[in-house]
This record gives sequence, structure tokens and C-alpha cells, in this order.
Amino acid sequence: MAVDFLYPEYEIVRDYNKCIGCRVCERQCANCAHSYDEEMDKMVSDDAKCVNCHRCVSLCPTRALKIVHTDHTFKHNSNWTGQTISEIYRQAGSGGVLLSSMGNPKNYPVYWDKILLNASQVTNPPIDPLREPMETKVFLGAKPKKIERDEKGRLVNNLSPQIELSTPIMFSAMSYGSISYNAHESLARAAEELGILYNTGEGGLHPDFYKYGPNTIVQVASGRFGVSKDYLKAGAAIEIKMGQGAKPGIGGHLPGIKVSEDISKTRMIPEGSDAISPAPHHDIYSIEDLRQLVYSLKEASNYEKPVIVKIAAVHNVAAIASGIARSGADIIAIDGFRGGTGAAPTRIRDNVGIPIELALAAVDQRLRDEGIRDNVSVVVGGSIRSSADVVKAIALGADAVYIATAAVLALGCHLCRTCQTGKCNWGIATQREDLVRRLNPEIGYKRLVNLVKAWDHEIKEIMGGMGINSIEALKGNRLMLRGIGLTEKELSILGIKHAGE
Amino acid sequence: MLREGEIRIPSGCAISGVISRSGKNINGAEIVKSIATMHDRSNGLGGGFAGYGIYPQYADYYAFHVFYDGNKAREECERFLDRHFDIINLSKIPVRKSNKITAEPLIWRYFVAPLPTKLKDSHLDEKEFVTRCVININANIEGAYVFSCGKNMGVFKAVGFPEDVGEYFRLDEYEGYSWTAHGRYPTNTPGWWGGAHPFAMLDYSIVHNGEISSYDANRRNIEMYGYKCTLQTDTEVITYIIDYLLRKQKLTLEECAEVIAAPFWSTIDRMKEEDKERVRYLRNAFSSLLITGPFSIILGFEGGLMALNDRLKLRSMVIGEKDDRVYMASEECAIRVIEPELDRIWTPKGGEPVIATLDSYGK
Repeated sequence: MAVDFLYPEYEIVRDYNKCIGCRVCERQCANCAHSYDEEMDKMVSDDAKCVNCHRCVSLCPTRALKIVHTDHTFKHNSNWTGQTISEIYRQAGSGGVLLSSMGNPKNYPVYWDKILLNASQVTNPPIDPLREPMETKVFLGAKPKKIERDEKGRLVNNLSPQIELSTPIMFSAMSYGSISYNAHESLARAAEELGILYNTGEGGLHPDFYKYGPNTIVQVASGRFGVSKDYLKAGAAIEIKMGQGAKPGIGGHLPGIKVSEDISKTRMIPEGSDAISPAPHHDIYSIEDLRQLVYSLKEASNYEKPVIVKIAAVHNVAAIASGIARSGADIIAIDGFRGGTGAAPTRIRDNVGIPIELALAAVDQRLRDEGIRDNVSVVVGGSIRSSADVVKAIALGADAVYIATAAVLALGCHLCRTCQTGKCNWGIATQREDLVRRLNPEIGYKRLVNLVKAWDHEIKEIMGGMGINSIEALKGNRLMLRGIGLTEKELSILGIKHAGE
Repeated sequence: MLREGEIRIPSGCAISGVISRSGKNINGAEIVKSIATMHDRSNGLGGGFAGYGIYPQYADYYAFHVFYDGNKAREECERFLDRHFDIINLSKIPVRKSNKITAEPLIWRYFVAPLPTKLKDSHLDEKEFVTRCVININANIEGAYVFSCGKNMGVFKAVGFPEDVGEYFRLDEYEGYSWTAHGRYPTNTPGWWGGAHPFAMLDYSIVHNGEISSYDANRRNIEMYGYKCTLQTDTEVITYIIDYLLRKQKLTLEECAEVIAAPFWSTIDRMKEEDKERVRYLRNAFSSLLITGPFSIILGFEGGLMALNDRLKLRSMVIGEKDDRVYMASEECAIRVIEPELDRIWTPKGGEPVIATLDSYGK
């Protein structure tokens, strides 16, 4: 029935005055949007196959290509938008759940953009990071409640296991499987060079990457993919993934098309099978169960590694975090509803969870109200887009941030949001060898290093302007923040004043 | 207009301190003369003093100095004191009225000891009991404000130039082994005396010059440990941090300085192994109590004084020595005016504590 026809959302525009018929676009497109028509002796394109990833545009030697949003339209309707109508046609045709990837793209408020930062004038001096020391090193982990001394009166180091970061940024969990070998290598090498950590995600750890252990967080998720004794001991920390911002309440999805031989070995699952993690951990139906898993993992790793518990930002996040802070976890990671993913049901991605800014503010304040903020460190992600977001997150109360979308952007991702197809033209979210080869880890890791170094510079500049020369003094320093265009309720949840106050 | 505590008011300042290490008496007029020399560093909107060893006849009792907005607040506070303490002596603090000090609250002094039964029931040590009572009064009894509560020491402060405040409180009639003084230059007009310095908790008192950029990070951390920052001033939060680190965590003065004015990581990396381990530990364990931004402080405590600058030394601080006396001040002139011939004078580095104690201290 022709009702299923959907006019493509994006159109490939080719300037035939510039096109030299070199067929680069054809070779580069894993979606086969471009082809050479021998009869007409010219390149043609099928807009329906285009995912708008810009691969062809970026590699066209004569700049003959561009992608535009179509002006084809349904009759205008603010309620029944073109997208809503199209999705109904698709579901009526297939009977399936709509799948998407990357973070929630909907027009919800971005609170980072409604928060402004302070700077020093007159009564105290701004500090110039080019001329004075400016410190961004952080430690993650529980703080001791009481000092201890030895028989000679010297302080005893009674700190529980800590993570040391040169700057308060880590690469968030992206599994080997959802992203490629070369993407993982880039992240691991960048983390090592930067003195920060990357995160294996729930896909296990490839044998080649065990050497990056001191800069690795190994994740244990509900599917337990790739978890072994060696794996738990390989990293600098262990993360229990209870939830993910892009899809709170459900487990990970790795389409079988991405489960290649190597992935199958690393995950310990059959080749080509979908890897769908259970929604809950089936050994955790309550907080006391979580405590048991935390201590099982600590036991298995000899109490040498901090344990992170990662949760999605949901309505009751403050109470949940408070429970986690008493469960033996060293670090709580909170993932906001804009966090990315390699595959998620669209309706869940776009409608479940809350903004990280509000979740962070609520959690930090709750932990302080209960006097247990020093029991844990708080790491937030989903989505941190710039150094300014990092500074605002830390001033709201985070110890450090997780970035992942920003990291894959640095590797060449153009946010086309079709990771689930496994045909990533940039070699990131794919396991197809020819595509993976397009991402050169030698270049990729340097770009990640550049990105984080650039942000670190900017963080130092912003801190210097505030007259703060060490990141500890920024943590939870909400007086450095002012809201703009926010309601009293929003200000009270964020715990900040309005601009002008 | 909002009262201090409802609004955060940044200030510039002058500070001065003196101690006789042999414990000889120093007349209050001396410290008044010292701080008066730095007249231009304050603007008439706050001045104050702390004297140690000034109440030898009541040395075993906590000396509460209290501001009241009126008799209603006084009666309510006294009822509270009656329920929790033995009041050995109570009186108005004697003052010398002048037209330079106006809008006076009622100013009362009580020498008290915790009621043994109350103390026992509270399961707290004596100092913690007193601290909680004071925080309780200040937070919950409207119009009452305890601004000094140590043993054998007292704080005297008001809105005005420090020399006028000293005259008003008749400091020439007090003798003590150490004194600190403060002249305030707030950028706003605090109508209320509680905001003047020194700020004190038990025998700890702080005079401070600066505006710390870490304020809210420090405040939100220390409030987890039973403190309530009602004034929103730097001095208040610094005093609580010091009380927490010294009294509750039992750090030494030097270790306390390594927390609040911690050495830079690059400096720590160059330290001897043992020092490195200690300072790394302290910076990590008490990371939220690092104080950034400009400050120079003089901490007064039972038996001594400690001067400390922020780690970049963004505020001036000079130390002088003559015989058994140690002087600490924002400017050299404030020392020279009371002791022109010094044995030694120097400026300590940023983050380097200068500790001067009675010869009998710790023995």
C-alpha cells in the first residue's frame, strides 16, 4: 500500500558543475546512497538511503555535495507533526518498536544554557592561569571520616581506593561491540596520555587493551557480558551499570549484525546473536542486593578498586543516590536523559528520565542534607557538551564528568543517530572491517587528547576568572552560578540564585 | 535592607595581632593603637578585638558575650542559658558611650559552666555541648547573638572604626597575654554588629582580610558537620573549618594550614617522601576545605596565635619579633607604632603558617 511511502527527510544535493564522477561518494557510503549510472554517465543518489552522516560531503574532492533538510512537508500541524505521522506509518507497516540511537534530540530545556558563571572584580583578583599555577587534578572515592595516627603520631593513609584524574573528565561507557576496535583503542590511548580513565561499557575487554588497565574502568552490567576474574582485576575501577540515561529501565541493546567474531569472543556470546541485556540485574531487586554485589566485586578485586554505581537520572534519583551512598559504593555516576546510546527504543529515549542538571543538584543537596556527601564521589554525564558545562556541573556539586557523545564527535561522528544499523561510515559504531579501518586510532587518540586538553585549558581560564586556583574549591560552589530565565521552582531545585540577585 | 547573614557582603580589611610568649600582660590599649594606624584600611563599618587571658578570675568558665536586639530576646536567651548552664556571673559589658558608636544593641556577658546533668544526658563532650548550644541560640533565638564563648578570652566588636570600638569597650581596662584586632572595609553597609570581626567559636577566634572564592564550596561542606553559617561571612566559615580540623579531627596547626592553604601539586611533587605522603593525604581527605582566593588570617586560640596567608599570598602580612613578643599585622606600620625597635621582621610566604605560642603551651 502506497501509504507506507515516506518522503526522505534529507536530500542529497549534487552540483553537477562540480562533480567529476570520481565515485568517492559511492565507495564511502555504506548505506549505498550513491551510485554511478552508466547510461546517463553520471552519479546519482537515493535520498531514501541517506542517513545524513556527511561522510560523502566531507570526502568529496570538489565539494560538489551537500545534504539539506527536505522542504517536502505534510500539511502544517503543531500537534501531528511530520515526524509523528511518519512514525505511525512505519509502525503500522512493521508492527515494531521504533529504534534510535544517540541522545534525546527533543526540544526540552537545556539547563546548562540557563546558568551563568561568575568572575572576580575588584574585591578579589582574578587569577591568570598563564602566570600562576591552576590545578584541575581530582581524586574520586570516599573520604575518611576520621584521621588515624600511628604510634609515632604520623598520619596514617586510611583512604579507601581512589581514582586520580589529571582533569575532572572521563570517557563514559561505550562497549566494544557498540563501537569499534579502533574507537576503543583511541579512547584507551587518549585516557592513558591524558591521565584520565575510559570505560569499557558492558562488552568486556579485548585482550589487546588489558595493557591500558590503569586507565580503564571495567563495567559490570545486567548481561554480565565479558565479566571474568581477570577482567575485574584489569581496571582501575569497577562500574556496576544499573541504568543508562538514554534508556532508563531497560538493558543494553547490541544488534546481532554488530556481533562479529571478535565481539563474540570478548562478550562470550554466539556470533551474530542480539545481545540484549536484562532490564534489571537479576541478583539486584533492591538496595540491599546492590550492597551485596558491591561487596562481591570488592571481594573479587581484593578491596583494591573503587566501585562505581551508575544510574540513570530518574524522578526519585536523590533518594536512590542516598541509598547507594550507604551501600558501600565509592562513586555514584548519574546519567542524564540526554545521554547517548548505540541503540534504544525511541519512545524510551525521548520520554523517560530527567535532565542531568536537576538530578545532580538534587542528589548533591540530598547527600549533604544527610551528611554523607563525603562518603562518595559523584560523576555526571548525559550530556556534557563543553568545558562550560563541566564547570557548571562541578559548581553544582559533581566531582567529575563523563563524556561520550563529545568523545565520538572528536573521532568524527556527525550525530546521524543511526548507530544501531552497524553501518557507521566513520568507523566508530560499526564492526565492518572496511569501515572500521576508516578510523585511524593514531589520529583518533590525538584528537581526543586535543579535545580534553582544550577543555582543560578553558576550565582553567574560567576558574581563574572566578579567582579559584584549584578545582576542589569549585566543587559545589553554587554561589558561582546564577540562573537566567528560570522559575523560582527551578532555581530552588538547582540551589542557585537568579542573575541580578 | 537585608541584615548580614541574609546577604553576603564582601570586605577588605586590616588585621593585627600580638602575643607575649612568656605570658606577660599586654594592655588592650596597645592593640588599639596598632590597628588605629591602619585607619585607611577600614571604612568605619566594622571593628573588633579578641583578647586572651583577660578573665583570670573566671578562667574555668565559658565567657559568653551576647548581642540582643531587645529585652525580649535577652529573656528568651537567658531562659535557654538557665536550662543548660550554671550561670556564675552575669552583667552588661561596661562601655564608654560616644557619638562615634551608634545603634548599639544590648551587650551582655555571662560566665557559665554546662549543667552536669544536661551535659551527661547529651552524650557530648563539654566543648561540643557548648558549641551546639551557641549555634542553637544564634540560629533559633531571634534577636540574640552569642559572639564570644571561649574560656578566659573575649571578643569585643561593633560597627565603627576599630579605634572607636576599642575606646567604646574600654579595652584599656583589660590585660591579656595576646590580642588580635580587625578593621573592616565592607562593600556594603552592614547595619548589624554581628557581622564585624573577630568571629569566634569556643576559644578560637579569627580576624581575616580577604574575600575567599571557595566560600560556598567550604560552607556547603562544613555544614554537613553540624555547623550553620548564619552570617555568610568568610570569617565565620573559616572559623568553623578550623574548629572542625583542630578540635574534631585533631589535626595539628601545621596540618590544618596544609589543608586550608594546601601547597600546589607541583610543590608537593618536589617534597620529601614522608611530607609528600602526608600532604597528598590531607589535600585529598579534606579537599572541600581548601580555601582559595585572597586571605590573610590571624587565628587566636588558648595559648597562641597563628598567622596564615592564602597560597598565592594575595593579601599582605608582616611578622615582627621583639624579645618575648611576636607581632602580626597587615602592614609593618601597625607593628612599628607599638614596637619601633624589632629584633626581626619578615613576610611569610603564601601558605606558610607562622605559629607563636606561650612558652607553657602544650606542656
